[in-house]
Amino acid sequence: MMQAVLVATAIIFSLAAAGAILRIARGPSLLDRVLAADVLLAILGGALCVDMAVNRHLNNLMLVVAISIIGFIGSVTVARFVADRREQQPHES
Amino acid sequence: MNPDFTGVDAWVDLASAVFMIVGAIMSLGAAIGLLRFPDLLSRMHAATKPQVLGLFLLLAAIGLQMRTWWVWPVLVVAWIFQLLTVPVSAHMVGRAGYRTKHLHRELLTSDDLEVVVQKAAAKAAADETRDGD
Repeated sequence: MMQAVLVATAIIFSLAAAGAILRIARGPSLLDRVLAADVLLAILGGALCVDMAVNRHLNNLMLVVAISIIGFIGSVTVARFVADRREQQPHES
Repeated sequence: MNPDFTGVDAWVDLASAVFMIVGAIMSLGAAIGLLRFPDLLSRMHAATKPQVLGLFLLLAAIGLQMRTWWVWPVLVVAWIFQLLTVPVSAHMVGRAGYRTKHLHRELLTSDDLEVVVQKAAAKAAADETRDGD
């Protein structure tokens, strides 16, 4: 049963990653691309989790924890950059 | 490939298999939402599914498959940090998207941020004229 689950989740994750990559390539604005990159990172973490669960090892667990801790820094930085480039208002709330 | 559902192990396996399938479908839903939704804010709604619920289901699947207790605190730590950091990035991306006009205003039902932005802009303009005098 676990091998069937592995195949099914591999197909689903591949389709999801393809959709996210398509949005990165096509996205009209930079923020859409950043959001799609976040989703792609979440899909990668999910695939690592499925691999660990099916094969019953914990080799990637620290990688998943690290992704969940510092994965937000990239999108925060890019969002800050976009806000500073496009807006010329002196004060921001 | 012919499981008999008599022992506890088989049921735990079945539960973790269901968790993994549903967690993967969350990722697929996020991808479909990214492709089909019209603007940035509604895409952000779709993008949160694998980051919170999908990760929760997959971490629970790991915990069920490992059959040990000491792994659960690590999984809880991973999920708690995900819960703490996802709103930060969502807040920043949403605010930047609002300020750079990457939204379809006719799709909004209410806009609470507009009042704040206009008040800040008026205050900035008042400060500007007072400094000029």
